[in-house]
Amino acid sequence: MDYLTIIQILDSMLRLSAPLIFACLAGLFSERSGIFDIGLEGKMLASAFFSAAVAAATGSVWLGLMAGLTASMILAAIHGFASITFQGNQLISGVAINFLASGMTALIGQNWFRLGGRTPSLSGDGRFLPIEFPFAESIGKIPFLGPIYSELLSGHTILVYVALLTVPFTWWLLFKTRFGLRLRAVGENPEAVDTGGVSVSFLRYRAVLICGLLCGLGGAYLATGMAAGFIRDMTAGKGFIALAALIFAKWRPAYALYACLLFGFLEAIAIRYQNITIEGVGTIPVQFMQALPYILTIVILAGLVGKAIPPKAGGEPYVKER
Amino acid sequence: MKIIKGTFASLLALLFMGANLFAEPAIVFDIGGKFDKSFNESAWNGAEKWKSETGGSYREIEIQSEAQREQALRRLAEGGSNPIVMTGFAFGSVLDNVAPDFPDTNFAIIDFVVDQPNVKSIVFKEHEGSYLVGLIAGMTTASNTVGFVGGMDIPLIRRFGCGYVQGVKAANPDINVIQNMTGNDPSAWNDPVKGGELTKAQIASGADVVYHAAGGTGVGVLQAAADAGILGIGVDANQNHLHPGSVLTSMLKRVDVAVYNSFSEGMDLNTTIVVLGLKEDGVGYALDENNQALISAEVLEMVEATKASIINGDTVVHDYTTDDSCPAS
Repeated sequence: MDYLTIIQILDSMLRLSAPLIFACLAGLFSERSGIFDIGLEGKMLASAFFSAAVAAATGSVWLGLMAGLTASMILAAIHGFASITFQGNQLISGVAINFLASGMTALIGQNWFRLGGRTPSLSGDGRFLPIEFPFAESIGKIPFLGPIYSELLSGHTILVYVALLTVPFTWWLLFKTRFGLRLRAVGENPEAVDTGGVSVSFLRYRAVLICGLLCGLGGAYLATGMAAGFIRDMTAGKGFIALAALIFAKWRPAYALYACLLFGFLEAIAIRYQNITIEGVGTIPVQFMQALPYILTIVILAGLVGKAIPPKAGGEPYVKER
Repeated sequence: MKIIKGTFASLLALLFMGANLFAEPAIVFDIGGKFDKSFNESAWNGAEKWKSETGGSYREIEIQSEAQREQALRRLAEGGSNPIVMTGFAFGSVLDNVAPDFPDTNFAIIDFVVDQPNVKSIVFKEHEGSYLVGLIAGMTTASNTVGFVGGMDIPLIRRFGCGYVQGVKAANPDINVIQNMTGNDPSAWNDPVKGGELTKAQIASGADVVYHAAGGTGVGVLQAAADAGILGIGVDANQNHLHPGSVLTSMLKRVDVAVYNSFSEGMDLNTTIVVLGLKEDGVGYALDENNQALISAEVLEMVEATKASIINGDTVVHDYTTDDSCPAS
């Protein structure tokens, strides 16, 4: 494996990790505030569909992005309404969101475009195009460090950079602001927050809406950045892998980034090396390489991660004592 | 989720079936869906052509999961459809069980041989068509590296790949061919994101022509090729128009003709094994206004000569499925 191949794998890793990072941070906001959310998948799917559909209809990827974010935040608001205002079961509400998104996108897509649930292929301004950094070509000629700049860092769509920047922003928001302190407190001990005169419901609604916003970015990236159009069920379990990454990361932003990059890396390896021959061991079959991300998820969650303690009030609707 | 969808679909199907007792033909599409711009869409085009020419009507089911294969066939047969055409090798084992239960109904299966008295099996010599597009790719590549992206890893798709490699090597034995498969289950037919990533990886390794045999996944392959400014090669249907100027050619597999003929034969379906190759115009390569500029007169001449030589038997293209191995790689 030469140096340039490693760079290319890492490049692929960044592309594949971006939707996971968005979804994982989305889950982080929601769960830190005490609202479990297994509807990440559904919100991403809805956003993927509406961003691609509106981008296809208007020819503008930015309008598409707005539509995707709106769709995702509406679903987030429904989840919030069910689990905060009506104090319903958060898992059931999340499952319902997933069902709703999966069925709704296929149905609306079929009625709208008559292409069997997919949107037309996007082109030109209808999708996010890679951004080349300035002087990428000339800097790329510098040995060793050059390719890192020109191949690895340059040439992604804007949403990949947004995903990476969201990580420090999330850390700052959660750990350095008053809003963040309250948000974490409401996930650990809502009674104390309530006693302090801060509205538990309002805080949780804000967290859930941020979750919707981030899921929306992730979904829009899938349909308009990574692929060029929506296909049925295109999220393919990414929302659930993001949830696994969230537990793996113990609900911390920096670890969430590492976990998502790891999953992205494994996927990139599996795509590039379908058959790896190791001296003395023989050939590792392609099936094993493709299953590796999932096997590792189980191994990591079962043993390596240590004790992952979720926010204490997570999953519990808050009922004011009367 | 899928189960609920499936039950609902079959209930609906049942409702519609009961109302109609005339022998209409029917078609069942595989999981890629009838708008995969490739295999299933080609089948659908054939059915639509029959419909517009004869004014008849037909029934169709797009299955969503493995479990629906048998359900769909039984519902259609019970509803009196005749003949019932299904697209895809994956129906093979199911049809083998279903066909004896409906001796008065004729079935036609594409891409698989089912040995039952009431089944017409239509198979294509994809290796011959793939050989020709491989030859074009081999004569076009400037980097001496070309790629192949298959859908689900099955012998049928290996047959595409093997024919392609033989064609490439016929143009120049030193050309390196990178081969990848998308996955091991039917979802590999409908994963453009992964198709795009595989293509990007091949491009990074130097490929400047990439051929796909991956149904809906191929949409992502051709997209990635067009984005990177290299050439893609389409499959099954003529995909030259998807990215004009960036699709070198398409390996045509006339699934549409197979469906059209089966529908036309109607109740008198010729229940034998039909093998369609270059000779029968069952496979070929696409040349139209979108790729004219990409294929030089020299290449065209060579390809036509090779085509004639395959048809008269002078050039023999090895079929992967006969011995599960490929002489070239």
